[in-house]
Amino acid sequence: MIRLALALLLLALPVRAEQVVAGLSQNRVAITANFDGSEIVVFAAVARDAPPPKGKLDVIVTIEGPLAPVTVWRKARRMGIWVNTEAVEIGSAPSFYAIATTGPLPEIVEDSYNKAYRIGIGQVLQGLDVQRRMPDADQFAQALVRLRRASGDYQVDAGAVRLDQQTLIRADVQLPANLTEGRFRARIFLLREGRVIALEETAIYVQKEGIERFLHRLALDQPALYGLLSLGLAVLAGWLASAAFQWFRR
Amino acid sequence: MQLYLPIAEVSVNAFTLLGLGGLVGILSGMFGVGGGFLITPLLMFIGVPPGVAVATGANQVVASSVSGVLAHLRRRTVDLRMGLVLLAGGMAGSSVGIWVFSILRRMGQVELLVQLSYVIFLGLIGLMMAQEAIRALRRAARPGPPRRAHQHYLVHRLPLKMKFRASGLYISAIPPLAVGAVVGFLAAIMGVGGGFIMVPAMIYLLGMPTKVVIGTSLFQIIFVSCFTTLMHAITAYSVDIMLAVMLILGGVIGAQIGTQIGLKLKAERLRLFLALLVLSVSVKIFFDLVLEPSELYTVVPGRLP
Repeated sequence: MIRLALALLLLALPVRAEQVVAGLSQNRVAITANFDGSEIVVFAAVARDAPPPKGKLDVIVTIEGPLAPVTVWRKARRMGIWVNTEAVEIGSAPSFYAIATTGPLPEIVEDSYNKAYRIGIGQVLQGLDVQRRMPDADQFAQALVRLRRASGDYQVDAGAVRLDQQTLIRADVQLPANLTEGRFRARIFLLREGRVIALEETAIYVQKEGIERFLHRLALDQPALYGLLSLGLAVLAGWLASAAFQWFRR
Repeated sequence: MQLYLPIAEVSVNAFTLLGLGGLVGILSGMFGVGGGFLITPLLMFIGVPPGVAVATGANQVVASSVSGVLAHLRRRTVDLRMGLVLLAGGMAGSSVGIWVFSILRRMGQVELLVQLSYVIFLGLIGLMMAQEAIRALRRAARPGPPRRAHQHYLVHRLPLKMKFRASGLYISAIPPLAVGAVVGFLAAIMGVGGGFIMVPAMIYLLGMPTKVVIGTSLFQIIFVSCFTTLMHAITAYSVDIMLAVMLILGGVIGAQIGTQIGLKLKAERLRLFLALLVLSVSVKIFFDLVLEPSELYTVVPGRLP
């Protein structure tokens, strides 16, 4: 249903009078031991065959991390103590989501486009647990967005996109230090009068590298060996410290 | 200096980790506790996911206990025989505990169980120890008639008597086995080494001298926490070796310093400090449970069980 609507909308795009050509400062982000976040610069240009038509031109840039299911728990007081009582499962939530725009989202995009292209943060969560759905399941989704916005995993930055002479586009997006691996989807929307007129999509690959990658693979592929290695290190360190202190005391 | 942890998938300050490890190491050397009951809540506080915090905490406990035991072995303050008997009971108890833990995990309330057992056991033990230590301090301050060397309880009438030379005890093997089993069980449920339960149990239930209690407890903790670490690494892939190395670096040094401090302090005073520490952790978790949290919602990765 949603796909159909999307397909129709894409068909309904006007004859491609304006297109967007985009590039990223980097297509790969390597998570190394001293990884401390990374800045992605999205730059793009509007290509035209004719002089620009009338109407206000706007740009939205989104960067979306890999999707994964999450469960949101809510606490309530039971016999005097606060315990997790209710849970709502959200089938698919991006680990990271950033929106940069040329202005406040409700002002620059029509609601139907926002829904069809899943642009706003309210649109990115999918698959709320329908079977066990409770009347206030939306509150759980809102709580997820609130918590992730507080931690910087979800960002909304109205006005962060610079648009020069109706042609040149630049947006800086800060990726947090607590990044997870995977394929990040970057989308650049061109809007005129609140309607999406062009869309360019590209990917950023975030991967652990070096020792981070080695340890992560070892922990998953050879858990027993990895566990023994951890223990070996611990015993060795304990012995070394004890021996060193004795040597110092002499 | 920020450090990205490969398993926890968070970025934390390396010096914070060194400091945490050092602090827990000092306590470990002073009191003969592994420090699991401190390191796990502290790691969660700085943003490490609970599963990784429990598993990596266990790994760090191994290092600080090895360092501590070696220091105690040189002073001959480890009762190896008693340690082995306790360990036998401990392994049995912790196997049962891990089994119960997995059942409760499936029922979805394991977090509550962990918090409640922290409050109840830390609270009870802390109170008992504090009361006893204060009484002992008063007695020491006011000279009175000397205590009898031996008090005869039920413990002395059970079969299977063994000689524990380092502790100066000739008692049945059944009480140490039982103490080990109960401690192993609780340790698995609470995800800690169990030193804070073991130390008072050895002093008050088995009547061991405080001097050998710490080394013997550490000796026993090494094996229990090795077992826990391996179980977590294999079943949940939740041991973060990078995090462990940073905690250990701080911890092993701290443990040596702690042992030196412990030797200079009076046994009664040492017990009072440990009691207050245990009590304060218990009170903190109690208030977390009772006061309305500022955020009612929590996000857990993965689907509903």
